[in-house]
Amino acid sequence: MPDDAPEPTDAAAEASDAPAAAEVSDAPADAAEPEPDPVHVELLARLNRALPDAVIEHADALGELVVRVRNDAWGPLAAVCRSDLECDFLSFVAGIDWSPAPKEGGDDASGDTSSPVQPTEMTFGAAGSAGRFQVFAHVQSTLRHWGVTFKVDVDEAQPLVASWVSVYPGADWHERETWEMYGVRFDGHPSLRQLYLPAGFEGHPLRKDFPLLARVVKPWPGLVDVEPMPEEPSADEPVAAAIGASASEAEPSSERPMESEGGGE
Amino acid sequence: MSTTEMPTGAPDFDLERGAMRHLADAQINVELDTGDMILNLGPQHPATHGTLRLVVRLDGERVLAADPVIGYMHRGYEKLTEFRTYPQITTLINRIDWLSSFANEVPFVHAAEQLMGIEAPPRAQYIRTILTELSRISTFILFLGEMGLQVGALTPAFYGFRDREHVLNLIEGVTGGRFHPNFNRIGGLKDDLPWGWVSETRSVMKLMLDSCDQFEDLVAGNEIFHKRTKGIGVIPGEIGAAYGVSGSNLRASGVDWDLRRDGRPYLAYPDLDFKVWTHTDGDSFARYWVRLQETRESVRMVLQLLDGLPAGPVMAKVPRIIKVPEGESWVEVENPLGQMGYYVISKGATGPFRVKIRSASFSNVSILPWLLRGVYVPDVVTILASLYFILGDIDR
Repeated sequence: MPDDAPEPTDAAAEASDAPAAAEVSDAPADAAEPEPDPVHVELLARLNRALPDAVIEHADALGELVVRVRNDAWGPLAAVCRSDLECDFLSFVAGIDWSPAPKEGGDDASGDTSSPVQPTEMTFGAAGSAGRFQVFAHVQSTLRHWGVTFKVDVDEAQPLVASWVSVYPGADWHERETWEMYGVRFDGHPSLRQLYLPAGFEGHPLRKDFPLLARVVKPWPGLVDVEPMPEEPSADEPVAAAIGASASEAEPSSERPMESEGGGE
Repeated sequence: MSTTEMPTGAPDFDLERGAMRHLADAQINVELDTGDMILNLGPQHPATHGTLRLVVRLDGERVLAADPVIGYMHRGYEKLTEFRTYPQITTLINRIDWLSSFANEVPFVHAAEQLMGIEAPPRAQYIRTILTELSRISTFILFLGEMGLQVGALTPAFYGFRDREHVLNLIEGVTGGRFHPNFNRIGGLKDDLPWGWVSETRSVMKLMLDSCDQFEDLVAGNEIFHKRTKGIGVIPGEIGAAYGVSGSNLRASGVDWDLRRDGRPYLAYPDLDFKVWTHTDGDSFARYWVRLQETRESVRMVLQLLDGLPAGPVMAKVPRIIKVPEGESWVEVENPLGQMGYYVISKGATGPFRVKIRSASFSNVSILPWLLRGVYVPDVVTILASLYFILGDIDR
């Protein structure tokens, strides 16, 4: 549920270069929300004081403050989090690929009709996004017991964002993981190398266009039972395609009833 | 190798023998002086639950640099969640931290429930809390015994395994699984408690308190154990937090922060009266001590929960096909090993669009390059054991 009201930047925003959210007002956007969480208001006020016009958009995702900042503000943001927001604890840094998965209900993935159907158009989550890739991080305060999720857009062709390692040393492994999984480079990271994957691994597995190799190599085991009978004239076709065809006939929808019981005992 | 026995103040008659000995020592020193040495600890090591490889550069017995090599058990759960429906995912995430599987399920199911706008009935919340705390007890009881093993005391490890079995039997009694219960459903639980389980649990809890006393005498009160753990592997609170170290490891460094008390209210914890234990030292011993106290605290919490167990259904009304509305949800909980969180992004389908799994051990272990610098090789083992991580929780 993205909150479409743009975050008002600081009233004394110096008009050096116009930010993406060109609207500079005082504070009416908060009034548009039903009842802004006082903690969120406080955090945003501190953030705007320390980093004027860094915030592009903010949202309340089920009580969690999600703030999207400009890419060039990501580096200084780390120090602001630690000092101004008093967030001494780094929870995680990770990436998101907003592009839809290239397949629809598995028609394309070796007869895999088991995976859930996702929307085919690109939509963005809380606080929006400018493009396909985003890096997001969660920091929190062990003293004030609050937390913020920050998102930053990264360019699809040249995914690059500043590293947080110098402020939060724990970002080291998280950024290495994000780099190998999404291909986002972190400027200032001391040694950006593989963390989970073997050195020299090609591709970025958590990108949506990276197939789930296990399903490509071997069809989903749940489909093994629907192999064509031996007398059927499909011996020259690849087995996987045959399985896929028969499976999609047998099961046009992937919405199979799960074991959830309706109603209490 | 010591050169402290040089015959400086020795009487004359011993001078020659002393000089010879000095020469022999020097010879040995030359032979052993190979500069820095690279040593692989692992991938298999008894101090690690799983396969962690630690490349350490040594100068003699002292660690100059340590680089953990992880990923031997990487199963790609974040990718797999994008190919599964919500009810299927609880089976996967059971295997992240396999010693406290039930506690892994809770935050994910919570995130889905939040997005769907449903809430499990109070009885389900209480049973979830009980099982989460039982997971914590079973995880910690094993630690309390096994930590002794790492400093050379074999006996406590057997006591740890023996006493943990009682708790695993309880979990198995409710869920049918010792390690992988898969008992949570979106909207509640699969089943209610079996007949007689409450009284059985009460007696086991008494056993656990006895077990804690035993470990306190046997391990925490042991002088050798003190020598091996006190002042070893000290993590200052603010450095630990910046590395994302959480849970008992951070509380042992004096940071008074427990998501059961300080996080957004979840499960039945707001109804409970419990103490958050901290220790100021931040060393291996403090981590042991905090876990010992937290085990006792968990026992008290389970007894409180059993007393206040509400009646009613254990499953809310949920649609037959679980479709989670579009949105984002971040749920973090205090797991036995530390902060565990799921950032679930849904696009209104039967499965999530993206799940970021924030596991505790990943961040707890990422401090190792900083923490192991300058320690001695035998202490590496006790520090690893005192951080208490599960490799499945690191590699996901």
